[in-house]
Amino acid sequence: MDPILLYKIILCVIVFAVSLGIAAYMTWGERKIAAVLQDRVGPDRAGPFGLFQPLADGLKMFMKEEMIPGASNKFLFILAPGFFMLTACMTSVVIPWGSGLEINGTVYPMQITDINIGLLYLLGVVSIGVYGIMIGGWASNNKYSLMGALRASSQMISYEVAMGLALIALVMWTGTLSLGEIARQQDAGWANVVYQPLGFLIFLICAFAETNRAPFDLPESESELVGGYHTEYSSMKLGFFLFAEYINMFISSAVLATLYWGGYNFPFQHELGLEGNTLAIIQTVVLFAKILIFIFIFMWVRWTLPRFRYDQLMNLGWKVLLPLAIANIFFTGIGMYLFGKLG
Amino acid sequence: MLTEYAFWFLSFLAVFSALTMVVTKNPVYSVLSLILTFFAIAGHYFLMNAQFLAAVHIIVYAGAIMVLFLYVIMMLNLNKFEDEKKSLFMNSLSVIAGCILGFVLLAVVKRTDELTIVAKASSAEVGLVENLGNALYKDYLLPFEMASVLFLAAMVGAVYLSKKEMV
Repeated sequence: MDPILLYKIILCVIVFAVSLGIAAYMTWGERKIAAVLQDRVGPDRAGPFGLFQPLADGLKMFMKEEMIPGASNKFLFILAPGFFMLTACMTSVVIPWGSGLEINGTVYPMQITDINIGLLYLLGVVSIGVYGIMIGGWASNNKYSLMGALRASSQMISYEVAMGLALIALVMWTGTLSLGEIARQQDAGWANVVYQPLGFLIFLICAFAETNRAPFDLPESESELVGGYHTEYSSMKLGFFLFAEYINMFISSAVLATLYWGGYNFPFQHELGLEGNTLAIIQTVVLFAKILIFIFIFMWVRWTLPRFRYDQLMNLGWKVLLPLAIANIFFTGIGMYLFGKLG
Repeated sequence: MLTEYAFWFLSFLAVFSALTMVVTKNPVYSVLSLILTFFAIAGHYFLMNAQFLAAVHIIVYAGAIMVLFLYVIMMLNLNKFEDEKKSLFMNSLSVIAGCILGFVLLAVVKRTDELTIVAKASSAEVGLVENLGNALYKDYLLPFEMASVLFLAAMVGAVYLSKKEMV
């Protein structure tokens, strides 16, 4: 078998397993962080520090009774959580997880595929991600589910616009759509957040909205909509919806770290006297540290800020973030002119 | 070889899902099969090395426009399909119209010389973003700008129509 192909398959399996594992332990982390912020102990029964809690939760999800509402559309009802999970996992293929491992003289890049439209691929997957929620909410044949699905779709469409415009400014500055290239550029110079602070802020807010996290978790706001789009779901189908949200959060953190915070690069990495594979492994560890920081911010915000009202959410998306993103493009253009970056 | 298999698979998928979209009675299934059609067509773009076009096709059509379609259908709650009876006159008219369209398509196919070329991949660089950008902003700048002005006019018109209080 072709060694490159074999390597890619192994890398795919590793990335898949790592995203699932991290997502599982994010549920534990979320409950621990919530506990700390609310001055509680949090889960501590299963294993030391409650570390086996995700396993217990997963087992519970699998063992629970499976309910499919009689009046629902069964095919779409079953399809929706699977589709949501699929789109959540699809984004990880374009993220550069490290610079590259050298084995027997061949350099194996730690990125599953470095397509030259990586950013567009990212936007595309994000934009079709809403179908899982919409189909699930509609197929449940429940008015709360439908309301949740409609809210989710309008919210995600609104924030995709600002997100895309924030990315356009980044693309203008870096001059490439490939995530691998963006990460390599930040090795030579500063991290992109130095040049694109406003773009980073807009992208961060939109990432919160796209992953349906508080303060933007209106699609599932329990005080108004029972459980939102997954009201009728039970057992592992509900587990898939909740789990996919954590995978989305993990991937968003990875994207944020790669695009704006230098990816796997860290300051003074070439002055340490480390070479080749040692440096590559440390870079991957650094990337994961950055990702964990962003995941912490996601959870910190959830347990700190109250939920938006729906009109406030729409106003923020269309009347604040969108004009800001356009202004950011304008200022980026001026900056490129001043720094002589125009070709 | 693999490309050819992919071509046949995508073509089958595109035609099948397009037919499903027309035939099915449930409007939500219609929208979903139309989305599948868009994916199949995006796959064809990929086969022809037009990666940018494929990605934009997915983002714009499957990701934005069809979401709005689905949104509207869910809002209107068109779950129950009423099998309305149409008169014989209307039915025969639609058959005639369909036949005329079929003849036009047949004429196009008959006048095409190169029917045997299956998914001829153009050179690998054509679909790259840089080349597409250069072509759009250097060779075809005027048509490109005209099209964007047209879109702006349509947008302004839509906003004007949807305003409740007419000025």
